[in-house]
Amino acid sequence: MNILALDTSTEYLSLALLLDGRLIQREMLAGQSHSQRILPLLRELLDEAGVELSDLDGIAFGAGPGSFTGLRIGCGVAQGLALGADLPVVGVSTLLALAEDAQGADKVIACLDARMGEVYHAAYIKQGAGWKEVVAPGLYKPEDVPAVEGSGWTGAGSGWQSYAEALQQCYVGQAGNLLPEAYPRAAAIAALALPGFLAGEGRIADEAAPVYIRNKVALKTSERLAKANAA
Amino acid sequence: MLILGIESSCDETGLALYDTKQGLLSHALHSQIEMHAEYGGVVPELASRDHIRRALPLTRHVLNQAGKTLQDIDGIAYTQGPGLSGALLVGTSIAEALAFSLNLPTIGVHHLEGHLLAPLLEANPPAFPFVALLVSGGHTQLMRVSAIGDYELLGDTLDDAAGEAFDKTAKLLGLSYPGGPAISRLASQGTAGACQLPRPMLNNGDLNFSFSGLKTAVLTLVNQYGNQLDEQAKADIAYEFQEAVTEVLTKKCMAALRNTGLDQLIVSGGVGANARLRERLDAATKRRHCHVHYPRLEFCTDNGAMIAFAGAMRMQHAHISDHGFTVRPRWDLAELQTP
Repeated sequence: MNILALDTSTEYLSLALLLDGRLIQREMLAGQSHSQRILPLLRELLDEAGVELSDLDGIAFGAGPGSFTGLRIGCGVAQGLALGADLPVVGVSTLLALAEDAQGADKVIACLDARMGEVYHAAYIKQGAGWKEVVAPGLYKPEDVPAVEGSGWTGAGSGWQSYAEALQQCYVGQAGNLLPEAYPRAAAIAALALPGFLAGEGRIADEAAPVYIRNKVALKTSERLAKANAA
Repeated sequence: MLILGIESSCDETGLALYDTKQGLLSHALHSQIEMHAEYGGVVPELASRDHIRRALPLTRHVLNQAGKTLQDIDGIAYTQGPGLSGALLVGTSIAEALAFSLNLPTIGVHHLEGHLLAPLLEANPPAFPFVALLVSGGHTQLMRVSAIGDYELLGDTLDDAAGEAFDKTAKLLGLSYPGGPAISRLASQGTAGACQLPRPMLNNGDLNFSFSGLKTAVLTLVNQYGNQLDEQAKADIAYEFQEAVTEVLTKKCMAALRNTGLDQLIVSGGVGANARLRERLDAATKRRHCHVHYPRLEFCTDNGAMIAFAGAMRMQHAHISDHGFTVRPRWDLAELQTP
């Protein structure tokens, strides 16, 4: 089975090809230049691997949470490629990708900086070849993140960098190993998507959708008025 | 040559297929107006979130409608700007990735060039050169159009766009968003001469516009009515407001024709759908033995057809790029060049 995976949810641009177990990847710190870089970098990656899109069996993408614009570039590119090459798509949680990539840890608190003083957060425990989600992805103030049980947790992702102190206070004695510089990587996304593709769970391109978590982005006129009246 | 056009610059997702021999084969649109209405205006993040849900189903729809497959497409045109950057990025990402996978050339279209050329999609299109009035929620411009990409700005608004004035006046009168159709409906119940509004810059000798003062004058009127602002008073204000805007637009269009010595006018953009404006322009151009051309009503507002068409006009000069892409949220039409 041959899979292309991509992630544009953070300032990194991460691409990977998983070709019958062989991994080839291309990564860069893209800042705000994902749109300029992603397809030229994909061309390089395909050329290096000596394959074309038509040789693939599916496209996986980091569905989120992450930068809204970044998520849509990744999802839009996945949609366009999958439509043109008639391939199924699988969206993978960026938080789960952090767990998968956490240096072999088997208990991971994944935390991404969500800006506006909040973090995207989830907790996972390794179970067989996969992961059990013990705290579902959510949006929290760093000091209000949900509790986890026991110790031996690894903290991964930019949330642990931006809000190190607040998070460590929430998990005193529980999270010793910290990977604050970890980011969602395409190689992890490909590995996580593989069982889904093998099980025939890939969806048509139209259904590829970002997972934003932060869904309240504006107030309706009625809500604004209610707020003004309350003040 | 078969061109797929994608528009996603603001609050409508538009897809279309244009064939350089057979003309427009199919088009489809999803408008987000209802979604944004609850918020009192377009919320950019919500617009982007909707575009990415709609673009592919609409693409399949226009292909089915035209009896074509992806493999029949020769090039992909998409709106590259101006507009909301997040919204533009959705259409752009999908277009470039689709072109990458199908090995097709792409063209990033200027949204206003799309509007400007939209009347050419109709039967008996005007030949170059002509005067164009581009009048929408974001723009009020008069241009001399000598060829594709050869646009000379003759006049522009110094502040609000005409469509913006419609929206703001509608808000002052407690009408729903978008304001244009709401004002127009209410104006039909109004009485001529019941109140007075200024005709800004009507006789100042140039082709520029100003509509922010008109909005302030409406606010003053609304305050004067105070408790007496009943439905009839609102209708009278709507009537007078529409008269003021359409009179100014019409007079300046006629002045532009006179100054350039041209006898053809095209009108494009959302306000171009206003029935009173069309009535006035029809009468004024007829008196002067000039001709006025409009796009069909559904192509006055944003749509994929005009993007596919403008793309087709430039596609002969497109090349297959490396598909690195950017959007241009602010992009001056005057920067365009002939292909």
